[in-house]
Amino acid sequence: MHANAKLSKRLADRVISHLQLRNTAIRRGGRLLFQDVCLDLQAGEACALTGPNGSGKTSLLRAVAGLVTLDAGDITFGDLDPTEARGDGLHLVGHADGLKAARTAREELAFWTRWCGGGDFGAAADALELTALLDLEVRRLSAGQRRRLALARMLAAPRTLWLLDEPLSPLDARWRGRLSQLMQTHLDGGGMILAAVHDPLPVASRSLELSA
Amino acid sequence: MSRLLALLGRETALAWGRGGGPLVAVGFYAGVATLLPLAIGPEPQRLAAIATGAAWVALALASLLSLERLFERDYEDGALDLLTLSPTPLELTCFVKCLGQWLATGAPLAAAAPVAALGLGAPLELAPLIFGCALLGGLAFAFMGGIGAALSLGARRGGLLTAVIVLPLFAPPVIFGGGAMDSFVSGLPWRGGLALLGAYAAAAVALGPLAMAAACRNALS
Repeated sequence: MHANAKLSKRLADRVISHLQLRNTAIRRGGRLLFQDVCLDLQAGEACALTGPNGSGKTSLLRAVAGLVTLDAGDITFGDLDPTEARGDGLHLVGHADGLKAARTAREELAFWTRWCGGGDFGAAADALELTALLDLEVRRLSAGQRRRLALARMLAAPRTLWLLDEPLSPLDARWRGRLSQLMQTHLDGGGMILAAVHDPLPVASRSLELSA
Repeated sequence: MSRLLALLGRETALAWGRGGGPLVAVGFYAGVATLLPLAIGPEPQRLAAIATGAAWVALALASLLSLERLFERDYEDGALDLLTLSPTPLELTCFVKCLGQWLATGAPLAAAAPVAALGLGAPLELAPLIFGCALLGGLAFAFMGGIGAALSLGARRGGLLTAVIVLPLFAPPVIFGGGAMDSFVSGLPWRGGLALLGAYAAAAVALGPLAMAAACRNALS
């Protein structure tokens, strides 16, 4: 567990203390995905985002990250400027992990850690038991190992808000448990998590259901 | 700064490996430059007359090759999302991506350009000017091409669309560079053409990233 302690040392300078969604609505391709969705998330809280396929979970996460524009409503990050908060206050881990198949895990982890403003990625690689795999090309990793690499990238550069899109799906039972521990550590250190899930999320203190 | 250097290193490495990288671009360039004399006929006078022009147009075409993947691969695999989620403005990110593209394919092509032109019968004194024009022109091709690549994100057959968007934007540098080289060969003042080429490249470098970033944001949302 010592790796956990190292990871929880300190969150980034820009700490989001409060995430608020007010009456948000998103329209994709002319179709209204959802409307009047509200959420109030404080430091140390995790929210499970549930709903059937196509109900807009991914779009909601991307809207919080500022990648999708809202049709109505607004999203605020406490008293932080949204551009700054999104710049280095949050991590997004989705299905498309941005890892280049032809590069080695080490090259990718090193680049993304630097890009996200993190320092040393050794502790993160240890925590996700990737150290022995770092010299493999990303294409040689299994889906679960690849997801662990994406999670290591997230741990290596501490940021307050984690936006996770079905984080558990490619992971086996042991790693699901391990990820829950890592999430709990993050929450205990004042972090926040918004995760789209189909299975129950043990660390979630609240849930938000989107209906199709 | 460390962030941008890391990105430049990655972009250059990716562009180097993208679709075979500079070797394929240079090979394509050599192929086009060899096909032209086959179509036009082997008389040295006739070839020498079109040598610079042919080498220059072939360069513009070869610059198109790897543009298609400049943003598309990052768009498809989600890396563009993560590149956006950074304190670095997306405009600067696009600038660095195009710079990497230029370093990895524009510079090798610029080195090949004098060789191709000399092979077609251009005078030896012209070689430095061809190299200079190709370097500057390559910068314009990379940054104007980036706009096309960003605009065609998410489209089917994005590569073809990129070419259709970008080729008209390639016209001014082709005219300015071709004009400069032509004047040089005929003993006329040629600096004006080179200056215009430089101005166009500078405008592309300054304005291109703004358009690319807007197009990327639009594609992501």
